[in-house]
Amino acid sequence: MLNDITLGQYFPGDSPVHRMDPRMKLILTIAYIVGVFFIGNLPGYLLALAFLYIVVRISGISFKYLLKGVRPLRFIILFTFILNLFFVQGETPLIDIGFIHITREALRNAIFFALRLIFLVMGTSVLTLTTSPMQLTDGLERLLRPLQKIHFPAHELAMMMTIALRFIPTLLEETDKIQKAQMARGADFESGNLITRAKAMIPLLVPLFVSAFRRANELAMAMEARCYRGGDHRTRLRELKYTRLDVYGALATVVYIALIVVEGRLLG
Amino acid sequence: MPIVIEHLNYVYMSGGPYETHALDDVSLTIEDGEFVGLIGHTGSGKSTLVQHLNGLLLPTSGTITVDGLNIADKATDRRAIRRKVGLVFQYPENQLFEETVEKDIAFGPKNLGLDDAEIARRVKGAMRKVALDYDALHERSVFELSGGQMRRVAIAGVLAMEPRTLVLDEPCAGLDPRGREEILGLIRDLHRDTGATIVMVSHSMDDVASLAERVIVMNHGRVAMDGAPREVFSRGAELRAIGLDVPQAVLLADKLRERGFDVPQGVYRVEEIKAVIEGIVGKGARAC
Repeated sequence: MLNDITLGQYFPGDSPVHRMDPRMKLILTIAYIVGVFFIGNLPGYLLALAFLYIVVRISGISFKYLLKGVRPLRFIILFTFILNLFFVQGETPLIDIGFIHITREALRNAIFFALRLIFLVMGTSVLTLTTSPMQLTDGLERLLRPLQKIHFPAHELAMMMTIALRFIPTLLEETDKIQKAQMARGADFESGNLITRAKAMIPLLVPLFVSAFRRANELAMAMEARCYRGGDHRTRLRELKYTRLDVYGALATVVYIALIVVEGRLLG
Repeated sequence: MPIVIEHLNYVYMSGGPYETHALDDVSLTIEDGEFVGLIGHTGSGKSTLVQHLNGLLLPTSGTITVDGLNIADKATDRRAIRRKVGLVFQYPENQLFEETVEKDIAFGPKNLGLDDAEIARRVKGAMRKVALDYDALHERSVFELSGGQMRRVAIAGVLAMEPRTLVLDEPCAGLDPRGREEILGLIRDLHRDTGATIVMVSHSMDDVASLAERVIVMNHGRVAMDGAPREVFSRGAELRAIGLDVPQAVLLADKLRERGFDVPQGVYRVEEIKAVIEGIVGKGARAC
């Protein structure tokens, strides 16, 4: 069950997408996200789907695997859909029975919001699936470095992210193990109403917190033992370098964004 | 009733980049009252196998029948199976969560829906079985205890379910020699006094040699050997080929044989080799 979470999972490979510079991938992902918010009609989403599909094909990840990553978020997506459907005010009513008013505008809004969420998750998944957590935080640190001038703790932030990302699989594994251990003692995590279920989480959460704190403590000690003291004057094992691939990637994204804008002008 | 495993296969993360075939056509029968030692190196599938025994993992294909109940069957109440087969995980002290020792051990019986008197009886019984002093410890916080004590509380938590089969995954991992001896002693007594079926996973040949009546060796998700310890440990070359060792006593016996001493085949326990050496030394020593 816990193995189904794709977000934040690295899918090792050697495709052109994998080999791009993490900084460029971060920038392009942000551009893509902004692009998704500019889309205002269905053909626009088809364009986005085509772009995403091509990128995914180049990266060698199966598109199905990416779709699986959306599954854990289906309730949030459904929730936004319903919320938009019922509470957006519009002018052309579709259904008007008793207290239920659904308008054309609301339906449109609901569909677009759901699509936006799906495209956001899938787009960012491409980033995390093709970039190892180390590269990702390296890239982020470099991108945020100019902000250090205004005392923004770029290195510390990157280090915190590295550690957090590094411990996601560990904690998932741990959760799985503790859950099983409690199930072996007859614990039931699946049935009952909300309150019984919340109560059933205690035997899972207490050991998890205990072990997380213990791990944090041990990690801090290990880092201090190796004389870690923040980001000043640190050199790196792998220097980040822009290559021709990054230029291609940037061009492709620029073309895609231009297409969306033009399409929006023509049809929107 | 025995546990019958037939053509069991299990695949982790099917379809993903990390797909692994953890169990490959495993067929076994574990009889009532047996003491089985399950050995294999890391990744041989032994932990995956034991998680099938009480339905925590469900087979990708194949069947497991516990007391006539098929665990993969949707209609089977898995909690009924967990009542019959107790599983103690590796580092079980990591699962402790209650405020007091007593409450933590009572967690299992409570989940079974027993009444308070029965729960109290079981908690006391389980603590006695793991040699923890009820009066001194039952009100203490589990997090104040020593490592060895925590582990015994965790084992008591499973024993309080009163399972007829107890499965222990590396029960001695991370303990000092004295802690090991204590835990192994507890398991031995439990098997002797209650006649419970025991499956002990270990990569320590010596632990298995000192306790098990039957040894199952796993390698790459398959059963590589299955038989009496005397028989399995006599196949030292094969064991080494799959990255395992033989017990110290067997090693010593081999060395002695190399030096020309007369050591009978099939010696694998420390007591046995001790008797052999005493026999050898005795002849010489008494002559002096």
